[in-house]
Amino acid sequence: MAKLTEQRPDPNQLLRQVQAEEQEQRGSKLKIFLGYSEGVGKSFRMLDEGRRRRERGEDVVVGAVQPKVPDEINSLLQSLEVISCKTIAGVPVMDLSSIVARHPQVCLVDGLAYDNPPGSAHATRWQDVQELLAAGISVIASVNLQFIEERRDQVEKITGKHVTATVPLSFLKAADEIELVDAPPELCMVRAAQGTKPGSVLATRQQHLSELREIALVLAADVVDHQLEAYMRSHGIEQLWGAQERILVYITPQASSSKMIESGRRNAERFHGELFVAYLDQPGITAKDQAALHSNLSLARAAGAQVVTLDGDDPVDAILEFAKARGVTQIFVGQTSDRGWRDRLFGTTVDDLVRVAQGMDVRIFPK
Amino acid sequence: MYLGYAAGVGKTYKMLEEALELKHQGMDVVVGYVEPHGRKDTIAKVVGLELVPRRKVQYKTATFEELDTDAILQRHPQVCIVDEFAHTNVPGSERTKRWQDVQILLDAGIDVLTTMNVQHLEGLNDQIWQITGVRVRETVPDWVVKDADEVIMTDLTPRALLNRLERGVVYAPDKARRAMENFFQESNLVALREMALLQTAHEVEVRQSTQDEVEDVLRNLKPGALALTPQAASQKERILIHVTPAPASAALIRRGRRVADYLHADCFAVYVESEEDSKRAPTPEFEALEKHLSFARNLHIETRVLQGKDAAKVLVDFARQQGVTQIFVMRTHENGWPHIFGRDLLRQIVHLARDMQVTIVAERGRSAKL
Repeated sequence: MAKLTEQRPDPNQLLRQVQAEEQEQRGSKLKIFLGYSEGVGKSFRMLDEGRRRRERGEDVVVGAVQPKVPDEINSLLQSLEVISCKTIAGVPVMDLSSIVARHPQVCLVDGLAYDNPPGSAHATRWQDVQELLAAGISVIASVNLQFIEERRDQVEKITGKHVTATVPLSFLKAADEIELVDAPPELCMVRAAQGTKPGSVLATRQQHLSELREIALVLAADVVDHQLEAYMRSHGIEQLWGAQERILVYITPQASSSKMIESGRRNAERFHGELFVAYLDQPGITAKDQAALHSNLSLARAAGAQVVTLDGDDPVDAILEFAKARGVTQIFVGQTSDRGWRDRLFGTTVDDLVRVAQGMDVRIFPK
Repeated sequence: MYLGYAAGVGKTYKMLEEALELKHQGMDVVVGYVEPHGRKDTIAKVVGLELVPRRKVQYKTATFEELDTDAILQRHPQVCIVDEFAHTNVPGSERTKRWQDVQILLDAGIDVLTTMNVQHLEGLNDQIWQITGVRVRETVPDWVVKDADEVIMTDLTPRALLNRLERGVVYAPDKARRAMENFFQESNLVALREMALLQTAHEVEVRQSTQDEVEDVLRNLKPGALALTPQAASQKERILIHVTPAPASAALIRRGRRVADYLHADCFAVYVESEEDSKRAPTPEFEALEKHLSFARNLHIETRVLQGKDAAKVLVDFARQQGVTQIFVMRTHENGWPHIFGRDLLRQIVHLARDMQVTIVAERGRSAKL
């Protein structure tokens, strides 16, 4: 491994380089505070950051606030300049032209998920934010998990509440920084002042909150991982590394692939990691094997795996090359049958893989 | 527990914020130990909370201050604030680790709020080393953290943290500069942060499934309720770790334990001793082995020493008899260890254990700059 990595550029240097390039291009930055529920303290954290930046001499204005705010937030708002939203057809809409004309360094936007009424410059508030960024104004915004488009259904199943206005995940991923605001569920409940409900409802709500927390944490980890990976990939770092478990299930017509895929799915889920299912593209495969492969691949897709076709004569080389490039931490392979003296003398695919796999686990499954 | 990924992300601050909120709600809250590191926002938070004076300990020529567990027990508040959970007490203290002091408080019915960084988790030790090049010595077994009622992530973006460092909020300028050149490199921080987020997600998930399991049991107690299907019961995984005197066993134990935690599996560790071994006088290898087995026990892994000539056969037979679903074995670099720890044994195990999963853990090397 050492040999491979010695030629690699220093990731820190790369990080800085890329950041500098980005900053130069746009001049403005987007930072998003993500919370798993109301009452976690997103708004407070965001406005408090605004206050501190202002104290350090940055020109900060508030471009949008939530309709109802608790006292502690009110007192924070007192210390900041606010450009109030306009209310059009009962909907609060950011006063874009006033903000752009005022042109602060930083604009705080509490609540990203709003649909603007027809006739507005943009259909949604997050698109308003894009305009501010394009105008060279940095934005610090807050959003709740339930408003992330790609997580909406999942959250709705837990809470039973339906929301209409959403923000796409890609918008979060494109942000310069995302910060997760976590807090004990009990505190959230106290803050959200739902203390009058009977115990069983409270317990249910606590269970909901904990499920939402898990989704938010994994989402934030995913965004962080995405950033790290993008930096490394764009700079030709050969073997990716990171904090996440990445599982590669290698299937063949002989192995009991469905069990391996199911195990891979469960492991990836428990580790909040990534799952790949790979097979070697072999010419002259029998119709029966072809059918088995097809059914396994659809199983893999249903399990949320990324299906990978490997090329090459040697499965071991192909597996390893892919595993290194994608930062795989665990390879699942099926036990091969001992095919006689040759295997005993020279070893099987599994033997070879075990011998050469560096820095990853190889898990061998029964036939 | 407030979990973070580095000094300066705001764990202590967040903890004190909750402490003040609890006090406001009428709880009896005291500070047992807080290390403000001269950070003024943090210091401001301590004001207004009752402090239990720290215990002064003389060690060699210096005086150290530690948590005064006895004094807190006597004072017996509802909630006690104890910073830096992973801290190692000064030699001569009643308990080696601060987390052990915390357990005493919890046993006495005192609630504790505490802080820790993710890199102090035993189970992440090898991965942290791989990424940062730092071998963290002050570690906390994962089960201790799992015992916490709640783990809260203290998040801050690495850039904001680096800004804080540069402004001298976290450390004095000299220390800050050194920190930024080493552990606080941005790529390290990004990876550590991701680990902390995923660890917290895991802690949340574990607590939910414990809840689910409890509910399952309750449901089963009701008359007419569906019993757990045999299938569900048999799906429970059992992991067996094969321990040898090789130094790499420590990493294998950590990895096995970690996978077991994530799969909610039972976990035990076994060493197979040949008959000649058992007759021989203690050797350095034997001591290394003892160390590994006791390390495993500290991580709440049941250990067993088996005897027999054919290590692979003894191991696999035992695994089968115990209903093991997965055997963990180490592949060490072939660097002159006696060949019985090497490839042949490994191949024999794989060959014999054809009815269960065998996980071969390759020793994690550290690459140039990771």
